[in-house]
Amino acid sequence: MRFEFAWPSALHKSGVLGMNKRNIDYIGRYNPRKFYKRVDDKLTTKQLALANNIAVPSLIGVVREQHEIETIPAMVNDKDGFVIKPSKGSGGKGILVITKVEAGRYYKPNGQEVNHSEIYRHVSNVLSGLFSLGGAPDVAIVEGLIQFDPVFDGYSYEGVPDIRLIVYKGFPVMGMLRLSTAASDGKANLHQGAVGVGVDIGTGKGLHAVQFDRPIELHPDTNKKLIDIQVPQWDFLLNTASKAYEMTEMGYLGTDMVLDKIKGPLLLELNARPGLAIQIANGRGILPYLNHVDSLGNHNMTVGERVEYAKKHFSYSAKL
Amino acid sequence: MHSKKPFYILVALLFIAGIATSVFRGVEHKVPFLPGKQVQSWAVDAKVSFQGTGGPAEVSFSLPNDPAFEVLVENASSPGYGLTISQDKQGRRALWSVRSAKGLQNLYYKVTLIPTGTTEVIASGVPATPQIYIWPATEKEAAEQIIDKVWAKSATNITFAQQLNKALNASDRSQNVELLLSNNTPIQLFLHMLHNKGVPAKEVSGLFLEDQRRRQQLTSFVEVYNDGKWVLFNPADGTQGRSDDVLLWDRSGTSTLDVTGGVNSQVNFSMLQDTRSALATSLDLMRNQGALDFSLYQLPLEEQSLFKGILLIPVGVLMVVFLRVIVGLKTSGTFMPVLIALAFIQTTLLTGLIGFILIVACGLMIRSYLSQLNLLLISRISAVIIVVIGIIGVFTLLSYKFGLSEGLTITFFPMIILAWTIERMSILWEEEGPKEVVIQGGGSLFVATLAYLAMSASWAQHWVFNFLGIHLVILALVLLMGQYTGYRLFELRRFKPLAGE
Repeated sequence: MRFEFAWPSALHKSGVLGMNKRNIDYIGRYNPRKFYKRVDDKLTTKQLALANNIAVPSLIGVVREQHEIETIPAMVNDKDGFVIKPSKGSGGKGILVITKVEAGRYYKPNGQEVNHSEIYRHVSNVLSGLFSLGGAPDVAIVEGLIQFDPVFDGYSYEGVPDIRLIVYKGFPVMGMLRLSTAASDGKANLHQGAVGVGVDIGTGKGLHAVQFDRPIELHPDTNKKLIDIQVPQWDFLLNTASKAYEMTEMGYLGTDMVLDKIKGPLLLELNARPGLAIQIANGRGILPYLNHVDSLGNHNMTVGERVEYAKKHFSYSAKL
Repeated sequence: MHSKKPFYILVALLFIAGIATSVFRGVEHKVPFLPGKQVQSWAVDAKVSFQGTGGPAEVSFSLPNDPAFEVLVENASSPGYGLTISQDKQGRRALWSVRSAKGLQNLYYKVTLIPTGTTEVIASGVPATPQIYIWPATEKEAAEQIIDKVWAKSATNITFAQQLNKALNASDRSQNVELLLSNNTPIQLFLHMLHNKGVPAKEVSGLFLEDQRRRQQLTSFVEVYNDGKWVLFNPADGTQGRSDDVLLWDRSGTSTLDVTGGVNSQVNFSMLQDTRSALATSLDLMRNQGALDFSLYQLPLEEQSLFKGILLIPVGVLMVVFLRVIVGLKTSGTFMPVLIALAFIQTTLLTGLIGFILIVACGLMIRSYLSQLNLLLISRISAVIIVVIGIIGVFTLLSYKFGLSEGLTITFFPMIILAWTIERMSILWEEEGPKEVVIQGGGSLFVATLAYLAMSASWAQHWVFNFLGIHLVILALVLLMGQYTGYRLFELRRFKPLAGE
């Protein structure tokens, strides 16, 4: 393996945002500590989203105490599948996906059976705070399974593709589609080997794709050409993401959404510390966009106006 | 966005204060900047002896008074005698006294001296103009001829003294000089001639230091006043200035030893050269000067050694901040590597690494059984802690049985840290597979090793304890790095595809 390093000046020229600058100049400055709960606690996010007319995956139930774990089978016995996730988890940790419920037996997406005691143990771990930041006690959310839209068939392997948008001061500035692969074990986390496809803010069309931070052209499992992808209901997604700004009052936000074939776009979760791989997926730095938004100063644009502005100025073809 | 100015001023102040106090420590208190530095010291014994006449006796003995040497320890042994050490304008003197002294009396004074490196003798004030010496009629003319001749060739007091010294020691001395030297010692003659022209000068006595010499006597020198300083001359051999091996014992210009109530008094010196730790020496000096108040050196030794460990943590923390913020390495748990590195200091690196890997590996195996029991997290962690203690116990016993003394140090690992590491690694194993365990565990051990190397460097250990100002510098660096918005080293690689052509 060869180690190649870029000159800092070259990265600076390309407008690449680094981790330290992200932490100090964006997260530290525009994401007030007191609002973190709205983002870090998925249950709170869900309740806020519902209050703001933003669609989210259905809530089957919440498990707050150890003894309530026994009620899970009753909650899910009429469902096709379900997801158990820690409310304060991060980075996709502690998410258990059951795609098939059959006569009281549960199966993971890869067909492996999960028995009751494993579910019990998993939820118990969640409640103890094993997956939450700083090990704080947590609650487990039981959510309905997302029936993901067949438009992404062939682009994703064994998992739900999700759409990540970076929303800066209410403007969607950069987007990416995250597709799971065999390497990522059905997960959509880029560091685990999922594919990231940069998406044009103006049109929702694929621009550029990466896996493990290196450019690729074809999906490694299905061999479909990645930049041919077109995300449907793009305007709706942009609007939902943009609304999250008013909802959370966070200036620098990552929104994760999925497309459900019946319910349409759903807000999956929000992230106050979105990663920087989206720049690699898009093949360019994010700083010029952030600076453009800063240059607008105080504006009074509505959600719709912001989305229109972003589509016009932040699309790939537009000149900044 | 508020101004960054106060922040940078604060950082600059911390930096300056840290450096300044450290330099002060080094220069003023002579704490060595490098560990393990040795200094030469001289142990000089003076033995005063006289024959008591049976009545009360008083012995006044001048004590060393030389800016080129600092007194580290001094003590006097004189059974039956009362002892006072007095300090007056002329210098320090020891005064022994006894009601009745008969027969041979021996009094001992012992001193340990450290060279200070300053050989200049600064005068405490302008000395009075000396009384003009009246020459005996037989010498008057000869002396005046020489003085006039030398005076004509000189410009200042010091050049006069130099020329005079030269004239008295010339290989082809004039008749006049020979005549005068037959009636006077060179010291006397030199002094008289200087006094004749009103140049302040006095006789002092010094000791030539030489390792393992016994029964040495004081040598006479002459100090000539010039421009606020006393310059040393040795009229006996015509040299000027002083060499490092001369210790000025008595600069009072009066007698070195006064004995009343005794006869045949004399003083002998013996000396020994020694090397001792520069740090211990500076501590002793600070103790003498009362400069140890409110410092860590005052603490009992046990607490001192505790602090030696605690004060290393900032170095490890600085290392972790650097590796995370500037380099971009990931560590599992922010400061876990520092704690592991602290344990490494006790166990040494290789033993520590092997011990750590052994314990974590055994712990993981036992943890995999615990995971099947569906325990609550709290009880599972507690069980892991107890098991870790058991593993450590077994390893310690085994290494004792096999005679591996290194294995005994395994007890220095912080058990709670080990238990959490095992728990995290176990979850990681279940969720991401063994590869990730090796990567993350290896990364943590790598950072811990680097932190250990930084913390175990002998100069680091020396500096963090002896120059507390260094912690202000570390604080300033940590604060500065907390403001660093540039790219991390690993990001230069990660974002390489974005760098453009």
